[in-house]
Amino acid sequence: MKTDGIGARVTRKEDHRFLTGNGQYTDDIILPRQTYAAFVRSPHAHATINGIDSTAAAAMPGVVAIFTGKDIEESKIGGLPCGWGITSKDGTPAIEPPHPILCIGKARYVGDHVAVVIAETPEQAHAAADVMDVDYGILPAVVSTGTAAASKTAVHDQAPNNVCYTWGHGDEAGVKAAFEKAHHISTLELINQRLAPNAMEPRAANASYTKHDQSYTLYVANQNPHVERLLMCAFVLGLPESKVRVIAPDVGGGFGSKIFLYAEETALVWASKHVGRPIKWTADRSEAFLTDAHGRDHVTKVELAMDAKGMFLALRVKTIANMGAYLSTFASSVPTILYATLLAGQYKTPAVYAEVKAVFTNTAPVDAYRGAGRPEATYVVERIVEQAARDMKMDPAAIRRQNFITEFPYATPVGLTYDTGNYAAHLDKAMQMADVAGYPARKAASAAKGKKRGLGYSCYIEACGLAPSNIAGALGARAGLFEAGEVRVHPTGTVTVFTGSHSHGQGHETTFAQVVAAKLGIPVENVEIVHGDTGRVPFGMGTYGSRSLSVGGTAIVKAVDKIIAKGKKIAAHLLEAADTDIEFENGVFKVAGTDKSVPFGAVSLTAYVPHNYPLDKLEPGLNENAFYDPTNFTYPSGTYICEVEVDPETGKVAIEQFVAVDDFGNIVNPMIVEGQVQGGIAQGLGQAMMEGCSYDPQSGQLLTGSYMDYAMPRASDIPNIKISNVVTPCTHNPLGVKGCGEAGAIGSPPAYINALTDALGVKDVAMPATVERVWRAANNVV
Amino acid sequence: MSMNITMKVNGKSVSAAVPVSTTLVEFIREHLRLTGTHVGCNTSQCGACTVHVNGRAVKSCNMLVAQAHGADVMTIEGLAAANGDMHPMQAAFKEHHGLQCGFCTPGMVMSACELKGKVMNPSDEEIRACLDGNICRCTGYQNIVTSVKAGLAAMS
Ligand code: FES
Ligand code: FES
Repeated sequence: MKTDGIGARVTRKEDHRFLTGNGQYTDDIILPRQTYAAFVRSPHAHATINGIDSTAAAAMPGVVAIFTGKDIEESKIGGLPCGWGITSKDGTPAIEPPHPILCIGKARYVGDHVAVVIAETPEQAHAAADVMDVDYGILPAVVSTGTAAASKTAVHDQAPNNVCYTWGHGDEAGVKAAFEKAHHISTLELINQRLAPNAMEPRAANASYTKHDQSYTLYVANQNPHVERLLMCAFVLGLPESKVRVIAPDVGGGFGSKIFLYAEETALVWASKHVGRPIKWTADRSEAFLTDAHGRDHVTKVELAMDAKGMFLALRVKTIANMGAYLSTFASSVPTILYATLLAGQYKTPAVYAEVKAVFTNTAPVDAYRGAGRPEATYVVERIVEQAARDMKMDPAAIRRQNFITEFPYATPVGLTYDTGNYAAHLDKAMQMADVAGYPARKAASAAKGKKRGLGYSCYIEACGLAPSNIAGALGARAGLFEAGEVRVHPTGTVTVFTGSHSHGQGHETTFAQVVAAKLGIPVENVEIVHGDTGRVPFGMGTYGSRSLSVGGTAIVKAVDKIIAKGKKIAAHLLEAADTDIEFENGVFKVAGTDKSVPFGAVSLTAYVPHNYPLDKLEPGLNENAFYDPTNFTYPSGTYICEVEVDPETGKVAIEQFVAVDDFGNIVNPMIVEGQVQGGIAQGLGQAMMEGCSYDPQSGQLLTGSYMDYAMPRASDIPNIKISNVVTPCTHNPLGVKGCGEAGAIGSPPAYINALTDALGVKDVAMPATVERVWRAANNVV
Repeated sequence: MSMNITMKVNGKSVSAAVPVSTTLVEFIREHLRLTGTHVGCNTSQCGACTVHVNGRAVKSCNMLVAQAHGADVMTIEGLAAANGDMHPMQAAFKEHHGLQCGFCTPGMVMSACELKGKVMNPSDEEIRACLDGNICRCTGYQNIVTSVKAGLAAMS
């Protein structure tokens, strides 16, 4: 068994600092002459701002400065951009209303940013923010996803019926024709409820301006500091990137919510020049609930047409997706490009059509949250497939198996080409691990105790490793989606790797070091990974969509390959051989077929002490950069099986077992991968069982604004997961890896709800399937 | 209004004049600059701020520093040996991948250490019940339970 290289369970290099209290998160940083910001937030979901009187607040102790929308308007800076353009069915572009960093004229959700107060201490900033006198004119609020388009109130004047876009994808006519000749049509109406991401580290930022070179530095809890800098400089503040350094130090979880460019950090950077001192802001948990971009929030009708044998003929999906009050950074892409393209699932359904209506409401903006569009797609596909099995009185595994895609590459009817996979292999393995054969006996035993047992499947697929920039661009992306890496070999042979990926829990400092160490034949300890700092890392697109290893890792591999190629030339010179005769293996350059060799460390030293060196042909130094733009997405897939036992008298559900068999392609560090699966499944089960953001349908007040009201999964709520995997290596990246960060959150909700509805013999229990909802369903109480 | 506070933190005496409204976690983070203790909610729901006060695990966001006047406080920074060797519970978290982003981790470790002597050879279910006050969003708890079990065994 290998102890470090690729495939080994290497314990994490980053753990020592986290375990001893030496992590450095944004809020841990205090800069000289630090000031603190508090935001004045709208207490109303929808209101005109008729006037703001700051006199009393300005007179409070310690207040340094106060800024409102008027200052923003006068400074003529831009609003927060949306990074993805979507075109409606009728050819018109999505409506992208202005998104100012402080409200101008109107507040559009509870928590919207009305003003910022800067003071000597956080307490003083909050005390002054509390006495800001804002004259609001309360307006009716648009709240519910399903009815927003019918509301008489408009969230934005630009979108009178609250519709941002109505987008269609797939073959509408082909689907219609298939439905006309169907033997049976299964249907479901589903709600994928709104979630709060809840990274345990609340968002935080600390911005400062340096007079001597007119530059800004921003520390921010963020997943993609270069993207943050690009959006902030190019769209909002009109600054050259060279004058802005963004540092995302240790970040305490992201799950998507720290991808986006938010108003708070942008306001801080802008204000830091006016104030001439560093300004820090750390969200409290209620601010996090109110203003972190939420996830999901879809209302969907799905229909599946089948022939008499249960072969899928066509799938039709109609979804309303809630954007919230403004378009957050990637909001428009989530229910479209990241959703409808996955609706083929693992099946060779010949025709698929989806129509997505995105609506504005007076609620927090909704954007990517772990899985982003793919959990919603998987929920739709895996719920309707289970329903189809029930309608057709077929075994749910059998109906899946007979519809599986079995030949690769496979072009789906919704625009993706799956490169590889073996769906039957993970289904078989999962069924074996879950002892599906023994299930009838277990069900009978439960029934004998007055309990109801159910078994649910979920065969998910996701598109990860975002993605070929040209394809994404054709689909509306306004950014590239490559990744960058730099490998700097030091004279002594130790290595620093600069990566555009960002770790906020994923363990890149270990996984990436394993890859580089294995390729260079040096110890893992000799490889240091640097990330999260635009001042040190050449460029980067960041970490989301399970892309770090497949895209960021590949950029590093490419840079390492350049290092090896140059090293061979240096070795050839030292060994007096031809470049082409040099082989590199286990950290040693050798002349093929001889015992002449020189170790990696000697080559690196020679590169920096080039006394005996081909200076006429080769530059000194051993430092290489690479950019990698993938040629396709990667397609992780898997089978999850959940078995539950319901007590109909109390509505309590016990998860008897949860089996996860994933295909992530090759795996570098199985320990880290299992951790990602466990954590993802906990979030997915959180969605299925207990989590949900709830707004008052009339007032638009957030009712779930604290851990007292929003149920977070705790240790007793989540079972141990039985995990295994199968491997079909990705065909188009050198590591053969696919990505593992989101699978758990994508695959688990339908497995749980399928098991629960199977146990209860009902068509649906809405998520979150709380004890009350389960009890009502079990006892037919509406 | 401010008051003089004296206490022992990680074995060292500290004293400071702080506003009476200062919570223990503010004192630890902002005055002593021991930033290993984290704030995830400030409302005693998440456990990220857990420290030991006179040997008991408490949520330091939920206690005024005045209440800890004269107490013996231990934070995550005080757990490892002076030479940097990790405490058995810290080592177990590393060995069993009981942490990802590390934000909940100091609180988890402090809560876990307190179980020593409280529950003998706890089952997974008992450990899960004991960690009810600590939220982790990253790990799904499975590896935390394994870590705590191993850490408790290594402590005896
Ligand atoms: S910060 Fe103290 S319990 Fe959450
Ligand atoms: S490790 Fe991230 S919250 Fe627990």
